[in-house]
Amino acid sequence: MTRKHLISELRASLFQAAWFVVLLFPFLVMKVNVSSGKASVIFRWSALPVVAVSAFVLSFAWRAALRWNERRGDKVKVRTPLSKVGELVRSALARKPIRRTAILALLAVVAVYPFALGMYHTNIMITALIYVILALGLNIVVGLGGLLNLGYAAFFAVGAYTYGLLWKYAGPSFVAAGIDTGWLFWIALPTAGVITTIFGILLSLPVLRLRGDYLAIITLAFGEIVRMVLQNSSSVTGGATGISLIPRPWFFGIRLPPRQAATYIYYIVVVLVILTVFVVRRIEDSRVGRALEAMREDEIACESMGVDLARNKLVTFALGAFWAGIAGVVLAAQTTYINPDSFTLWESIMVLMAVVIGGTGSIPGAIGGALLLKLLPEYFRPLAQYRMLIYGIAMIVIIIFKPDGLFPRNRKHYTFVGKTPSDPAPGVEK
Amino acid sequence: MKRSMLVPAVLALSAALIAVGCQKKTVETIKIGVAGAHSGDLASYGLPSVNAAKLVAEAVNAKGGIGGRMVELLIEDDQCKPELATNTAAKLVSGNVVAVIGHICSGATKAALGIYKDSKIVTISPSATTPSLTQSGEYPNFLRTIAPDDAQAKLATMFIKDKLGLKTLAVLHDKGDYGKGFAELVKQYAEAEGMTVVLFEGVNPGAPDYSAVVNKIGNSGAQGVVWGGYHPEASKLVQQMKDKGMDLPFVSDDGVKDQTFIEVAGKYADGVYATGPMDTSSNPLAIKAVADHKAKFGDEPGAFFLNAYAATLAVVNAIEKAGSTDYEAVSKALRSEYVETPLGKISFDERGDVIGFGFSVFQVQGGKYVELK
Amino acid sequence: MDYFIKLLLSGTAKGSIYALIALGYTMVYGIVQLINFAHGEVYMIGGFTALIIGGFLFVLGLPVPLVLLLSIVASVVFSAAFGFTIERLAYKPLRNKPRLSALISAIGISMVLQNFILLAQTEKYLSFPSYLPELAFLQPVREYINSTQFIILVTTAVIMVILTVIIKFTRIGKAMRATAQDKQMAQLVGVDINRVISLTFIMGSSLAAIGGVLICSYMGQINYYIGFVAGIKAFVAAVLGGIGSIPGAVLGSFILGWTESLGTGYISSDYEDAYAFVILILILSVKPDGILGKNQKQKV
Repeated sequence: MTRKHLISELRASLFQAAWFVVLLFPFLVMKVNVSSGKASVIFRWSALPVVAVSAFVLSFAWRAALRWNERRGDKVKVRTPLSKVGELVRSALARKPIRRTAILALLAVVAVYPFALGMYHTNIMITALIYVILALGLNIVVGLGGLLNLGYAAFFAVGAYTYGLLWKYAGPSFVAAGIDTGWLFWIALPTAGVITTIFGILLSLPVLRLRGDYLAIITLAFGEIVRMVLQNSSSVTGGATGISLIPRPWFFGIRLPPRQAATYIYYIVVVLVILTVFVVRRIEDSRVGRALEAMREDEIACESMGVDLARNKLVTFALGAFWAGIAGVVLAAQTTYINPDSFTLWESIMVLMAVVIGGTGSIPGAIGGALLLKLLPEYFRPLAQYRMLIYGIAMIVIIIFKPDGLFPRNRKHYTFVGKTPSDPAPGVEK
Repeated sequence: MKRSMLVPAVLALSAALIAVGCQKKTVETIKIGVAGAHSGDLASYGLPSVNAAKLVAEAVNAKGGIGGRMVELLIEDDQCKPELATNTAAKLVSGNVVAVIGHICSGATKAALGIYKDSKIVTISPSATTPSLTQSGEYPNFLRTIAPDDAQAKLATMFIKDKLGLKTLAVLHDKGDYGKGFAELVKQYAEAEGMTVVLFEGVNPGAPDYSAVVNKIGNSGAQGVVWGGYHPEASKLVQQMKDKGMDLPFVSDDGVKDQTFIEVAGKYADGVYATGPMDTSSNPLAIKAVADHKAKFGDEPGAFFLNAYAATLAVVNAIEKAGSTDYEAVSKALRSEYVETPLGKISFDERGDVIGFGFSVFQVQGGKYVELK
Repeated sequence: MDYFIKLLLSGTAKGSIYALIALGYTMVYGIVQLINFAHGEVYMIGGFTALIIGGFLFVLGLPVPLVLLLSIVASVVFSAAFGFTIERLAYKPLRNKPRLSALISAIGISMVLQNFILLAQTEKYLSFPSYLPELAFLQPVREYINSTQFIILVTTAVIMVILTVIIKFTRIGKAMRATAQDKQMAQLVGVDINRVISLTFIMGSSLAAIGGVLICSYMGQINYYIGFVAGIKAFVAAVLGGIGSIPGAVLGSFILGWTESLGTGYISSDYEDAYAFVILILILSVKPDGILGKNQKQKV
């Protein structure tokens, strides 16, 4: 960067700082103060220099970062020590025995996690893993099928309430018959899967003709209607009071104290996540998955190629809904208490954010995105009241610098390599 | 595909490890948790308790702490969401708190109590009013410095019957746990007392306009309106009723018995009845607490401030009297010792409900809540 | 009948409240195809600006009509500046990126603005003083409609007409329509699309600010969270009418208002939102592009 350039940059930053000082003046310096019934406006002049200096520094850094971001793509890769390490790791992982040990090591870490880190970390990891399942499920709808769904929390709610209602109505007869209520969890798991799949199919019926944001709003409407029904039918679902004291899954007839129960649920979720990843990967590579991807790319072209769009959308919603139902049951088991407040539009938005920030359509993305989105606010707790502000800023920064997500989809593509003696194949899968 | 999955997992795990490594354990302080909604749409009900706890902790520490041990507050946010409340609770338990001031919402409290109960931690909520929390006997570690909904609903119903002499009522609520709970109880008691509930409906909290439901009240022929919920909606309802020239008595709960209601509703607030904790504004401790709040934070305290203040004082006192932080001892001291608080001289009964301070009916007169004797 | 008229007027008033916010929503959507989740927050910022600046001027002792005028001006200016800054900061870098990325950025902005006001101002509900005049001629019919509702209704109508005129008949309007149809092509024929998009955000945010002042005056209160709920409702209204269409947004808002009001009046307000959503589902299943939405021709 030349000196002249630096000066012009500084001037621009100064201008931007001045802009922000003016823009934020009424909110940061002035404050409405209500005291003994009288409203007055007070001035907090001490905030002014802080705003000015931080706006200057931040806008300078922001401009530099944006410039770096723009150039990042077209720059010839420089071998820094960091990238060398990355390459080394990558090449090592490409070798099967090393990869296998790495996966084993990861599994080992996952396995000892609850014992090494205690109850709080196990708990937040369970919540995060529930979101991983949700994100993987939504990823089928948004990432594979390209259908924007803003009512995903509805399926989550249906799953959780399946377990909750099963407990509320079948629980007493289980107790009377002397059967472990812990079994209810295992009954609820498949039941919820089936019921939410049916809900998914029901939802997809009115949206078969719609596309884009019209589809998004219908799903939003559906999500809100489900929540409203749960909230208003007090006699059946407990209404806003919710359902409490839902049993945690029991471990072969032993009732576990919360710490051990958390560990147990943790393992159940881990297994479910592995199962989800396995199934979702199978779907991706299947005939259905290919049809979904085609639909995402171009509905009309897809239809003219003989793919049944209506059936496709049906399948997408059903598949996505199934996993939300499973996640819902686990949530109910973990919190032991559910009410409609846990399934607001905001929840749907959070899962969507996890999918997009991780990388739409990518399985590692959905996992990474959900972990990040759910764990970050927990690790931000020391920031106290600034937590959600910083969290929002983090989301914006991530999406601007990684618009395709943190772990973008690795599309299978074929390149023409040309005929070299060592590489006789004309097309090579990359 | 598989190796790229390693990266996020490893990142998350290492972040977790770092986070754990940073936590230092100090044995000298007495840790008290403060949990509730500190962000999100219900933050205005949770943040005042944080301020209250901070003020008490500061005062105690300035005097040299409890038996030489300083009080340390662990302040954690649950956004009033049950699933976050379990995390918050687990975090506080891992932080070895002795007692928790919180949570704010009944739903979040229920979810969190599942963990506190088994971990033997005293929990005092300044605002969770669902009757079952104490009355079911499921949570022996739970206490509260607020009266349960049924006491309020009973009081409000008897007031409507005896003092106002109404025959037909319109009962509205905000569809929430607290508001709907209160409304349902009022309906039940009112019908038992021979009144007719001509309208029982929930309205959307946060909506800009309630004129449709106000028209419906006018059409129903109700002689009075009961509102179960919080003050922002109450002030819109009162305002829109008066704008339409409807001058019906408006009776509500302690979510409305808040100075903010009068500030927001202004002239429309006049004449509104609300049940709420007995007037303690002449209590020297209450005056001091409010003055301290103004001095430290620059404005008037918000909802449930005094309840949280009293809860923190009660905990501090119980630990002092018990001479230890042992659960059994503290729990016993809370129930046997009386303590001077901004709410008066209080203690707790076996179930965990507060003794020594009850509810009365207030009316807004000239921009102030006046206790009706 | 009297009851029905009352409910209908309530619905009209409510519809015009939604319309004030939906207009800005639909403008931004029409040009950049972005569901601007932060729009509700800009409306909240508008309300807060009017409260703060108005409060300050009032304390200075200015006459009430002047306070009203200046606080509306201040609120429009600041909201417009916020809209402009948000677009430059959070949406522009993502313009040619996947559409969902900009949506996430918008949600992020919404979170940041909410928490910013929560921290910089207060978490409490504040009283919003009404500087709006009481219209004497409405006094006899106040059971049906009050002054503030009437002013909101008239403002909505005026804004709708002005916007339609701007978009249909002015040069900048033409540039906006061109940008909405095809950004690349518009650029090729010499439209400065950066300027057009900025201007769209400025106009949309100004509308949000006017909405903020009027609606907060009507509610008599303000809080950092009012934007989220209002934003969602406005979004639904905009989609119902056909997103991107100015008269559509207004029509959609009225349909929403009437449905909610009549549903509340004749059935129950327990399912108030559900009526709106059911109507939405019905209308969209008959007309998949909204009532006045253009039928999107797909190029193959």
